[in-house]
Order: sequence, then C-alpha cells, then structure tokens
Amino acid sequence: MVNHAKNAEAFNQDEARTNWHDETLWFVREKRDKASGQIPEWEALRELASGIKDHTLSKLDVYLEEFEKKATENGIKVHWAVDAQAHNEKVFEILSDHGVKRIVKSKSMLTEECHLNPYLEEKGIEVVDTDLGERIVQLAEDTPSHIVLPAIHLKKEEVGEVFHNRIGTDKGASDPYYLTEAARQHLRQQFLTADAAITGVNFAIAETGGIVICTNEGNADMGVHTQNVHIACMGIEKIIPRAEHLGVFLRLLARSATGQHLTVYTSHLHKPKEGSELHVILVDNGRTEQLGRPDFRNSLKCIRCGACMNTCPIYRRSGGHSYGSTIPGPIGAILSPGYDLEKYSSLPFASTLCGSCSDVCPVKIDIHTQLYKWRQVAGAEGHIAGSKKRAMRFMGMVFGSPHFYRKVGRLMRRAARFMPNKWIYNRRNVWGKSREIPPMPKESFRDWYMKNRLGNGK
Amino acid sequence: MRVALFVPCYIDQLYPHVAVATLELLESLGCTVAFPLDQTCCGQPMANAGFEHVSAKAMSVFIDNFDLYDYIVAPSGSCVLHVHEHIKAPDSSRPFSDRVFEFCQFLMDVLEVKELPGSFNQKVGLHESCHGLRGLRLGVSSELRKTPYSKPAHLLSMKKGVELVPLTRWDECCGFGGTFAVSEEAVSVKMGKDRIQDHLDHEVEVLTSTDMSCLMHLDGLIKKERIPLKVMHIAEVLNG
Ligand code: SF4
Repeated sequence: MVNHAKNAEAFNQDEARTNWHDETLWFVREKRDKASGQIPEWEALRELASGIKDHTLSKLDVYLEEFEKKATENGIKVHWAVDAQAHNEKVFEILSDHGVKRIVKSKSMLTEECHLNPYLEEKGIEVVDTDLGERIVQLAEDTPSHIVLPAIHLKKEEVGEVFHNRIGTDKGASDPYYLTEAARQHLRQQFLTADAAITGVNFAIAETGGIVICTNEGNADMGVHTQNVHIACMGIEKIIPRAEHLGVFLRLLARSATGQHLTVYTSHLHKPKEGSELHVILVDNGRTEQLGRPDFRNSLKCIRCGACMNTCPIYRRSGGHSYGSTIPGPIGAILSPGYDLEKYSSLPFASTLCGSCSDVCPVKIDIHTQLYKWRQVAGAEGHIAGSKKRAMRFMGMVFGSPHFYRKVGRLMRRAARFMPNKWIYNRRNVWGKSREIPPMPKESFRDWYMKNRLGNGK
Repeated sequence: MRVALFVPCYIDQLYPHVAVATLELLESLGCTVAFPLDQTCCGQPMANAGFEHVSAKAMSVFIDNFDLYDYIVAPSGSCVLHVHEHIKAPDSSRPFSDRVFEFCQFLMDVLEVKELPGSFNQKVGLHESCHGLRGLRLGVSSELRKTPYSKPAHLLSMKKGVELVPLTRWDECCGFGGTFAVSEEAVSVKMGKDRIQDHLDHEVEVLTSTDMSCLMHLDGLIKKERIPLKVMHIAEVLNG
C-alpha cells in the first residue's frame, strides 16, 4: 500500500530541498508557458490533439490491425503482448534467439512499467540505460522520479558522487558539462559493445506502419544504428491514424515537456535497415480494461509529456517517488488505481483538485475530474480508513437535517470558545499543528439574519 | 432583482461577517435578497473525500431550499462549482449551472456592475481560488493561452483606493483542498506558506479571495506565525 501523505511528509522534512525541487520544476513549467505562448493557435491545437486521440481510442482495434498489416509489409516483425509478463518473455525470446548478452536501452516508460530491467538481469542479460537521466538513476541504483526528467530529484553534486563511484569521474566534480561528457564517453563504449537495442515508441502510425521516437540525446538512434536487432516496445495507445496527425502531436509534445520547439531528435523508422531486424511489441497490460471504463478511458490519450507533473503543486512538493508508482504525478494518480486500486488508493487524494493539470495537458485529459471519480470508487469500495468514513457519515447526517446542523454548529462554536487552548491543540488536531483554528463567533449568519432582517431574535 | 443567498456552511458558522458583506453589497446594488432559512451545505466536503454517496440528503436539502429561485448567489467559487457539477435540479430544463452564481460572477455577468460604492485604501493581493478560476472560469488560468482576464481582479480594480498588487505565481493553489488540508497536512501547509510568502514578497497588506475556505487555511498559518498580513473575503473588500 502506497501512503502518499506519509511519503510526502518525509520529503518535506528538508524544506530547503523541497524548495529546490519545487523551483526546478516550476522553471520547466515556465519554459513550457513561454514556448506554448509563441503558438497563437495553441488552444486549437490541444483541441485537435484531443479529438484525434478520442477518435483513435474509439477505433483502437481497427487502427492497431492496420498498423500491424502495414508494418509487416514494411518488413517489421510485429508482436502482441497481453501483459507485462508476456512482453518481457517476448523480449527475452527475441534476445535469446540472437544470443544477446547485453543491450542498450533508450528511454521507455513501458519497459519501466513492465519492470523489464530486473527481469532481463535475472536472466543474465545486462541492460544499459542510455538516456542520461535514466543512466544516472540506474548507476545510483535508484528509480526514475519523473517520466521525462528521470533524475530530476538528484542534485548535480549527488550525480557527481554517483559518477565518481561508478564511472570514475574526479572526486567532488559536479560541473554538468564535465559530467555529461564523462557519461557520453562511457556510453559510447556501451553502444559499441552491446548486442541489441531496445527503445520505446512515441507514436506509431497506422497508415504507414512506421514508428516515431523522440529523444534529446540521440541515444535511441545510436542504439538503432549500431545494433542489428532493435526491439521497439509500445503500449497500444501510442497509435495514431495518419502521418498527417503527427505534426499536431510533435508541436505539442516538446513544448509541453520542456519548452523546446521540438525534441532534438525525432526519428522516423519504417523498416529494418539492411541485414537487421526490427521488432515492435504492442503491449496491452491493463489498457483494454481502462478503455472499458467510461469515466477513465480518456487517460489513455496521454502522450507522456510530463507537463502535469511540472505544474502540479503537490508533485513539486512531494517528489516523484512519493507516488510509489512507475508513472507519478497527476496522470500516475489516475492510471495506477486502474491497475491496483487497493495499493494506489491514496494517490487520487494526493491532490487539491486545483485543475492545473487538466489545463496544462496538451491532449486535454480531464485529470482532476478523474481524480474526483477515483475517490468515489475508492470510497464506495471501502478503500478509505474507517475513522474518515465515520466522520463523513456523521457529516452526511448533520448536513442532511437543517435542525441538527444548527444545533451541532452552535455546540461546536460554544465548546471551542470555552475550551482551554491545550485541549484544542491536542495531538489529534492535525489542522492545528501549524495553523490556528478559525474564529468561533457567538452568532451564525442565520442568527444575525433573523435579528437584523427578520426582526426576531430567536 | 430577486435573488436567494446561498451561504456555505462554514461561512454561516465561522465567518458570518462575510455573508453580511455579501448581503449588504447585493442590497446596495439594488437586489432583493432572500435567505432560505433551512439551508445547510452543498455536500462538497463529503464528496471530495470520496463520499458523494453519503451527501445525498445534504443535496436534497439544497434543492428544497433553492429550487424555487432563478438567481442564487454564494460568496464561494468552490461551493458553486460543486452545485453546478453535482446537484441535479428536479426540472432538467432549469439546471443549477444556469441559476447558481459565484458572487463576483453575478456582479459581472448578471448585474453588469460598472462602479462600486465607497473606497478601500490598501495594497491588495488577490488569491485566485482554483475552483473559481479553473472550475467556474472566473478568469483565464496561467496554463491557457487565451487573452487574460479575471472577474475578481476586474471588480477590485473598480473599487476606489484599491492598489491591486501583481504576484509571482498568481494562480498557484494555496493547498487547502478540503480534507486534503488534514490528510496531506505536510504538503498543504507547505503550499500555504509558499502562497503567503508570494504576497509578503510583494508587500501586500490585505490578502483577498473569492473563497473563504482558502483564506481560512491561509489565515490559520498567518495567525500561528503572527505574520502581519490581513485576510478578507472579496465581498468585504468590495463592500468596504
Ligand atoms: S496527462 Fe497530459 S500533461 Fe500529463 S503527461 Fe500525459 S499528456 Fe502530458
């Protein structure tokens, strides 16, 4: 069971670090604001992207089969995986067929979701993450805390320390240029000595049977071009109908993610290069189930830009790890309960429902509305603590009866006025830990109104 | 114009002067205001905590009290949003979303107020409540790429003497969030402290908002730390 509140409280023990984390991500949000502000038709573009995704989800089976057909004609080997295990087994099967001992892997949230790395490592295959952020996290034996910026929770000094211990950079060195160059040299070696490449997929186009991969470091291309076996892993929701739709998403993706106009590398792959193999694995892993939930299906429109994390005032002040799920932040909080409601039932409550995520989302997912709806599911299915449940039942009763409401209100105000402070600010008064309780006036508004407008003091 | 005043439960019990200011200003703008005496709460506190199903009675009390009226006004964006989204009027051709107004929304859209009586000589910081801003669209949030405007800011600029102070993160959430304030205490408090600091950095004297619930949370922090910053509901500022 993930207890977000507890994890968040631990994160907040170090206030200076919380401030640093908040400001770092806010800076990314501001870059997004600037970049999106340069597109006069930004809101129309979001609407269009949302519409294309809605349409695609309504005919997902049709487009997936069209993709399979076209991709196969192009010479791509297409596989289907019903869940994470089937996906991992398929990857292993392909790798074993080629006697692969070591792979280079560019960023793929899907393989994180399927826990591919530990699976392959157990089978004796070494996995080298080649995205800089992911490599940092891997060398630190940590997990990503953000889907676009996996190592955003680490300061450059901490990265320097990890690199010193693992790849031999100078002790105490924290200059980002120096560290990046060291990582580059280190990764070059990995690219040259690996046996296969694994990548994620940002978009798969039904019409052409091609896939598109976006990176800033060119590491996916390095893998693809140096290896003779390339496995591209994708969730089935990554499909878009036509090549002409790509422009809509590419214009939104990088601007929303980091405030860049476009990712540095946008690679279009349509067929394997000569003498090599290109495999695409289409993974379901709970997506069809989510598609079958009318209230939550449009969470599958997500293009994994990370903007909802950068904008979320709670994510910025609790860190990605506090969500305890592969995908953190607002989108993670509506996807994870779909996999395991009991385990992730605290995530929909890690929000004030401020709605910033829904307004920032380039594909207009109504994230905060879905958070609200997951809360109702959690409440109805008994995933909320008994004490809270009893309190809510009581409130339901109070507000259900005007007479009882007035009585309870009067009693509460009177009691609070006469109670000594140390009774009020006791251990169980969580509100009062850092906040004073509100004033407790003698009169309610209704009392005032009766006296002053109806001329009756009752 | 005849309007019904919907006073959220916590304003009725804890901040009666806010409802008085709302009532007085509506009256001085020429409205005949009724206060249905058996109103309680819209049910939001339970619903946001995942217990919409125990709020059915509260909702029917709301309907009993207000269904009669064509204009219903409340000094809270959050409660109004909840009514819009979750309380179904018995006659579907008269949905509450057409009839229930947040106070500033009513002044701007229905009364089309062009000037306000009196003056208020202070440096004012406006806390845009999320449910008002992004829920009721009382303004354009900073995420959207649309021509900026804000109904509460516009009304404040109408008030003589008000110096409206620009803030750095002018529409970031204060961290109240209903039961969130207690169940996620650490983050809630941190968010509140950060909002307050933004106002202090810009030398605000009076922090105002369309929602008293945000202000209850912020004022709790302000009072505990003895910070020299006053909070007032926007109805009090506009009526001042
Ligand atoms: S939910 Fe929207 S904002 Fe969040 S990662 Fe997905 S596309 Fe981006």
